[in-house]
Formats: sequence, structure tokens, C-alpha cells
Amino acid sequence: MDLYSLTITQAHELLRQRKISSLELTQALLERIREVDGQIGAYLTVTEAVALEQARQADERLRRGERVTPLTGIPFGVKDSIVTEGIRTTCGSRILEHYVPPYQATAVRRLLDAGAVLLGKHNLDEFSMGSSTENSAFFPTRNPWDLKRVPGGSSGGSAAAVAAGECFFALGGDTGGSIRLPAAFCNVVGLKPTYGRVSRYGLIALASSFDTIGPLTRTVEDAALVLQVIAGQDAHDATSLAQPVPDYAAQLQRPVKGLRLGLPREYFVPGMEAGVEAALQEAIRQFERLGMEIREVSLPHTPYALAVYYLILFAEASANLARFDGVRFGSAAQQAQTIPELYLETRGKGFGAEVKRRIMLGAYTLSAGYYDAYYLKAQRVRTLLRQDFERAFEVCDVLLTPVSPGVAFRLGEKTADPLAMYLSDVYLVATNPAGVPALALPCGFSEGLPVGMQLIARHGEEALLFQVGHAYQQVTEWHKMRPALGR
Amino acid sequence: MEQKYEAVIGLEIHAELQTRSKMFCACPADYAHAESPNTHICPICTGQPGTLPVVNRAALEQGIQVALALHCTIPPLNIFARKNYYYPDLPKGYQISQYEMPLAVNGWVEVPVGKEGTLQRIRIRRVHLEEDTAKLFHQGDRSLIDFNRAGVPLLEIVSEPDMHSVDAVLAYAMHIRNVLRYLGVNSGDMQKGVLRFEANISVRPAGSQELRTRTEIKNLNSFRALTRATAYEIRRQIAIYESGGQVLQETLGWDEEHEVTLSQRSKEHAHDYRYFPEPDLPPLQIEAAWVEALRAALPELPEARRQRFIEAYGLPVAEARILTAEKSLADYFEAVLPQTQASPREVSSWMIGEFLRHLNERQIEVEAVPFPPQALAELLNLVAQRTITMATAKEVLREMFESGAMPQAIVEARGLAQIADEATLMPLIERVLQENPQVVESYLNGKESVFQWLMGQVARATRGKADPQLTRQLLQSRLDALRRSRL
Repeated sequence: MDLYSLTITQAHELLRQRKISSLELTQALLERIREVDGQIGAYLTVTEAVALEQARQADERLRRGERVTPLTGIPFGVKDSIVTEGIRTTCGSRILEHYVPPYQATAVRRLLDAGAVLLGKHNLDEFSMGSSTENSAFFPTRNPWDLKRVPGGSSGGSAAAVAAGECFFALGGDTGGSIRLPAAFCNVVGLKPTYGRVSRYGLIALASSFDTIGPLTRTVEDAALVLQVIAGQDAHDATSLAQPVPDYAAQLQRPVKGLRLGLPREYFVPGMEAGVEAALQEAIRQFERLGMEIREVSLPHTPYALAVYYLILFAEASANLARFDGVRFGSAAQQAQTIPELYLETRGKGFGAEVKRRIMLGAYTLSAGYYDAYYLKAQRVRTLLRQDFERAFEVCDVLLTPVSPGVAFRLGEKTADPLAMYLSDVYLVATNPAGVPALALPCGFSEGLPVGMQLIARHGEEALLFQVGHAYQQVTEWHKMRPALGR
Repeated sequence: MEQKYEAVIGLEIHAELQTRSKMFCACPADYAHAESPNTHICPICTGQPGTLPVVNRAALEQGIQVALALHCTIPPLNIFARKNYYYPDLPKGYQISQYEMPLAVNGWVEVPVGKEGTLQRIRIRRVHLEEDTAKLFHQGDRSLIDFNRAGVPLLEIVSEPDMHSVDAVLAYAMHIRNVLRYLGVNSGDMQKGVLRFEANISVRPAGSQELRTRTEIKNLNSFRALTRATAYEIRRQIAIYESGGQVLQETLGWDEEHEVTLSQRSKEHAHDYRYFPEPDLPPLQIEAAWVEALRAALPELPEARRQRFIEAYGLPVAEARILTAEKSLADYFEAVLPQTQASPREVSSWMIGEFLRHLNERQIEVEAVPFPPQALAELLNLVAQRTITMATAKEVLREMFESGAMPQAIVEARGLAQIADEATLMPLIERVLQENPQVVESYLNGKESVFQWLMGQVARATRGKADPQLTRQLLQSRLDALRRSRL
């Protein structure tokens, strides 16, 4: 087996037994990036020198047996919407093309403290706005399973990199499916944690009340290892949760027999591709065989989820992106003579079409006379969405839904139709306004392309998601499939 | 003309709080003492992407104490909001402020208005917390930004439109400044911009209750600007109504040099701030027990201190009011008291007379007095012990203000000690009588009013050092002797 296709658990075992070094592992991955990233386009920045230095330090830790964690010496990548101190962070936008952050995101700092090795920064839709990574201001990322297809988005670079063997795990950001959709399209595992479980400090905000940072990995077990390190309260994030972080690995092996699996009827409706539906039905039978009880449940406000999600997102994003005004960020406006000119030049040239569309919609929905009808109404329905989940969890432990109605689509297929693009996330967006955790994991293939399923649990119940997902991966092989790239 | 109309004025006061750190980050808030521009800054207060605010508890406590001192209600839930507008001094493109659920509501103060000091109640609509902006410096065609002030806590105190004269506006503004200083939350140093005013003004026919179109004058940074601008604006609006015109709702600026208000924005161009709740800060629960603890910790406030001065020291109401109008003056007074033999009334009349006259003449604050309260106590002791005369004391005080020297030292160095022995005074009195035979003659003929003139001659001969009591006694007995010799 090639070093680059190991899981974290496997790589850690080899490192711990000193059969390989972190330096070898890191060099193998840098080599893999050189080999395949020309086709994939997962990386915006490769931090080779930083990675090699961190690998040497990790080897030193491993040699001395000091402060060794499951992530010590393991190379990873970070979505470029998460800041890295001293390392260019673009958020996929021209306006931040040359931005070098003066501080470290909390999640990244925790990984580096644990001894993980930073390989570089992953491509994404500009300011995480998109579902295909085609909105990157630099270049699109391609799906390792079919280079004519998108990897999903907005954390498309991260999912593609994990799938293509260009890193062992990645940190992504999920505001309304941005980790889970690309995870499903690329046949990897993606976790959107409970809102506040992982500090947002250092995540360039899209919609502050939805944004989460989570791992993309090759197995559920790996996702648990990464969350263990990045989760926990942070003094820099007032919305981070105070609850202690449980020992996820300790709960991984628990049997799932007797747990109740809820199928929300609003999520199993016509419109799903046949191959996707077949894969899901098979997964449900698999859970039944594992001894879980299958229950049909209802999330009655689901039809409003997309509207609620986008209305609040537009509003919050319009304010979050106001700071990119040409004073400190963006260099387009050297000739501006007046302040309005400075803003118009910087923002007119610095932002892509989708970003401008969302800022305008957001400013509109917040403006006098429209606030009550749009923003306030959306916030009220948000409460109903949250209550939907609370009620459903009175009769089941975990919900199972599709990730997307279809498999990865072709590049360019939906770029002309924003609404069609928004609909790719129709099964994913409700969890973010509700704040609940959700796990996407591989459950089959349709015409050679990966299909994913989504497991949803109560607030703070990531351990349960890991338990159910891990049980599934013990009896299935989908997550072990690798794209035939570069062969 | 003005009697035909009544002004209706509301005031917004922005007060910087003297906390150690800024409102939402750990940077020092004391920007006035920064060694150079952009040194009290961090990723948070410069609006770096990905950063998050964290509320400064001390600012909250100071804000609550001010609100309690203004008899406000503190609601149990407190929500921060984003106020969206673009300006180069606003790093995030929005200001974190409060809108729908402010820190405090429904307060009042009673202030003495005009020469008579009639007490008038002015209601406080709301008190809320927000962050200050950066400072802009314009140099030729360039503008520079100093972010040291960005994020400094600001308390905004909004009155109801309960003021009807410039006198009331001044009394209210001075009262608020005094309360802030009593609480030690604001230096009151207007020149440093720690207090800034905005006045909302309309005028209506006297006796009417209608609320007419109002204008708003922004950025008034001194009592002088506040009163002059308010007076000007009242006259301007009256003149408009007198000539049959209509006042336009607009935002005005105050042109200090030409002493006129100038239009900045009309109603049509008024900002729509698109307020919405700040998603980065969860709603703050204000525990009643905490509020009560802060109430219990309130220092003595101006009204209470005034009352105590009247009752404990037997001061007339007018004097107590003057002494307590400035915390520093009242503190000085109470620091002098225990160190002097002079009575509280005597100390009070010295401070309100000579002491304040010097402050006014020299245009300085109590803090800038070059000698300690102990020095003033010593001076009053010298008078009480009849070491120096009242006249000498005034001269010594002048020198104390000039050099900061202690009174005893001045008296000794300049030989100003009172002449209180008969052996020295008697020959001087004899000489005065011999030199002014006609005056003596008229006294003996019954014109006793010339006695004072003779006293003055003795004082002059001793350059004010003659003990008036002894002089009076000796002069009287000498003249009585002369009268007897005539009989």
C-alpha cells in the first residue's frame, strides 16, 4: 500500500512503531501533490518548507516519546478560509490574494500543538460561497473520481485532497453543507460539528451564526481523532461551547444495536437520482442488520429550510464582508480619488459575481422596511426548524438522510443557474440554522461516482454520530475505495 | 421673539470608559498615552478576517454603574447589534453597538437650571455600550489611520427631548459629566475627546405640545460648542418659521470658526444602518444579584454628597452645590478639612472665593493645582493663628499658585508674618496720627467713619502685616485717650 493512502490510524501506528518517520510521510505526500495536483487543483498554497520543519520536530517528539498524540507527525491541509499565521490565506478571493494573516486560527493552533504537519492551503469557492469550488477566483478544483466533474463545495479542495491522497485529513468549513457535500462527492468522511463545538476564531466568516469548522477524513474513526484535538471552548470565541469534550475514541466501539434510526419523510421525496436512492436504501438495510430500529419521522418545516438559510446567510455575509473595503485589504484602487471610488473600485473588481450577488441580497433584506419581512421572519422560522429536530429526537437517536439528490455534476453544469446550485445543498442546510451536528460518509456508488449519506444527531452528540458511522464502516467497504488517479 | 417659541432638545452623549482593555479585545484602552500610532492594536481591533469580539466585563460593570446612577432600569437580557456603514475609520465596516435590547432604559436626572438653579427632571431614554472608531489624520492629499482608539469602550447616554433651553442643555451635560467623574469611569477631559455630544433640536410655538421636524447636530466636543451650536440652531429654526419656511430634517455639523451649523446629510440621504443582532456575541444574561452588587458598590454621587455637605458641615445650599458640582473640588475640600483649624464654612468660602477665582483666571482644573490640600490647610491655619492677615493670605495664595511653594515657607522667606505686638505697632499708630492731624480732628468732631481710613493707613505702613484686631484695639484706645484729653 502507498503511504499516501493510509488512514490516520494506520499512519500513526507506523510512526509509533518507528517503521516510518514523519519526514518520510511528509515527503511522500509532497511528492503525491507534485504528481497529481496539476490535474486536481486542490492546493492554493503548498507550505513545503514549513511542513518539512514540522515533520522533523514531530519526529523528535516521536523519538523522545514526549507529547505524542494520534496526530503527531500526520500531514494535513487547511481550507483557505481558515487563517494560518504567516501563511497566505486568500479565501479563494482576489481581494485577499496577498493577505498574510498576523495570527493563527484556534483549530490550526491546536493541531500544530498536537504535532500535526501543515502541508498547505486548500482551494474553495470564493468566501465559501458555492457548492462546486468553481467560484474560486484562482482555478476550479476537479473531482478525483472524474476530472470533468466538480468535487462539490465550498470545501472542494479539502475533500479532493483527502480523496486523492494529497493529505491525511483536512480542516474544512461548513456553513450549510460545505464540508458534507464535497465529502459525499469525493467519497470521504466529513463532519459538521455542533455549532460552537470547535472555535470559529480564525475562520473567515460567511454566516457567523451557521459557520463551523470540521474535519474531512478517510474514516469515521479518523474524524473522531481530529475532532478530539480541535474541539473545546476557546476564550477567543464567545459562541464556543463550555461543555467538556468527551473521549470520542472510547465511545467508538459501542454497539449500535437497539439505537433508533429516524428517516425524515420530507427528505425521501421524488427528485432523487435512482442510483443515490438505491445506495441509501441499501445503507438503511445495513443499519437494520446492525440491529438498529428504523423509524419514520417528520421535520415538517423542511420546505422552508433553504429560504431561511439563505436569507440569514445573505444578511450576515453582507456585514461580514464589509471590512474588505480597500483600506487594508485589496489593492485595486490606487487611483481612487474619493472614498466612494475606493470602495467601488476595490469591491467591484475584487469580488466575484456570486459574492456580489449575496452582498446585495443581504443588504437588501436588512434594509429599512424589509427587515421584518425577511430577516426577522427567517429568524422566527429558524426557531421552528430547531424545534423540528428537537421533536424528531424525542422518537429517534440519529437521523439518516441523503447528502445530495445527485452525484457530482459536471463543471459548468450549474454555473449559469444559481438556484440550481443552491438546491445541491437542500438536504444539508437545515442543520446549520438548527446548530445540530451532522456527519457525511460514503454509502455506495452510482455510475462510478460516490454517493454519500448524512447522519444527524442532537446538539453535542458527535460521539453518537461517530459510533453509528464507525459501526457502518466496520461492515462496509465503500470508504476504502480510492479513485484510480495517476495510474 | 424667542418667547413666542419653545425649543425641544434631546441630547446623545458619547462617553469613553476608562477600562484597562478595549471593549472587545485585550489591547490597552488608554490610547491617549500610546507611545505612537498603531501600537495599541491587535488582529481583533483592526478587523482582521476571522477574528471575533469578546465582551469586556469591566466595561459592562462601568456601564451598569452609570445607568444605576442615572436611575435606569437594567433589563435582564442585553443584546449587541451590528450598525452597518462604511468609513475608513471603521475597521470591520460595522460598529458593534446595541439597538433593540440596550444595557439600560428609562432613567432620569434632576439638574439645577439657570441662575436660580431651579431643579428640572430630564428623562434618560437609554444607555448602551459600543466601540469607538479609529482616528483619521489628514496630511495634504493623504489620510492616515491610527487604530489605537478603535475598539475603546463607549457609553452612549440618550436623553428624552426634555430640555427647552440652552441653560438646561448645559446643566444636563455638566451633570452627566460630573456623574461619570464621580464614578471614575471617564476623565471628563473634553479636550481629549472623551466626551462628545449630539443634539437633536426642534422648535415649536410656546405652549404647544407638538413635536416638529428636528435637526441633529453631530460631533460637538466641548460645552462651548454644545451651547453655541444649540443657541444658533434654535435661532435658525425660529427665523425659518418666522419667514414662513419649513425646517428640513437633516444632519448638521458645527462650524467652530464661523459659528454656524452646516448641512451634512438630508433625510433622503440619511444612513440606513441595517442593524441586526451581532451573531458573534450571544445575548448577555444580566443577573439581578450582579446588578445589586454593583448598586451596593456605587460611590457617593453628587446629590448625596451635596446633602451631606449641607447637613454635616452646615454649608449653605448654594455653596454645597458649587463644591460638589466637580468631584475633584469636593475631594479637595474634604482633604483640606481635617488638616485645618478653620471651620468648614471658612474653608468653603475660601475655596469658592479665592481658590476658584484662581482656577478661572488660570483656566485650570483642580487636578492641575500645583499644591496639595495640605498646603491650603496650612495657609488657613496661619490665618486662624493670626500669624498672617487675610490680606497677606491672599497674596501668599497667589504665590502658591505661581510657584507651588508651601505657605509657611513663603511667609518666612518674604517676612510676611503678622505684626501683633504692641511695641512695634504703637509707634506706627502714633506716626499715622501725627501725619494726619485733620483726619484725627474730624474723628474727634464726631465723624467716626474715618476710623477705617486710619486703620488702612496703619495696614499700608506695615504692608498689610498689622494684626487688624490688635491695630483696631490700639488705635481705638489712642483716639479715646485723645478725646479724653480734650474734655
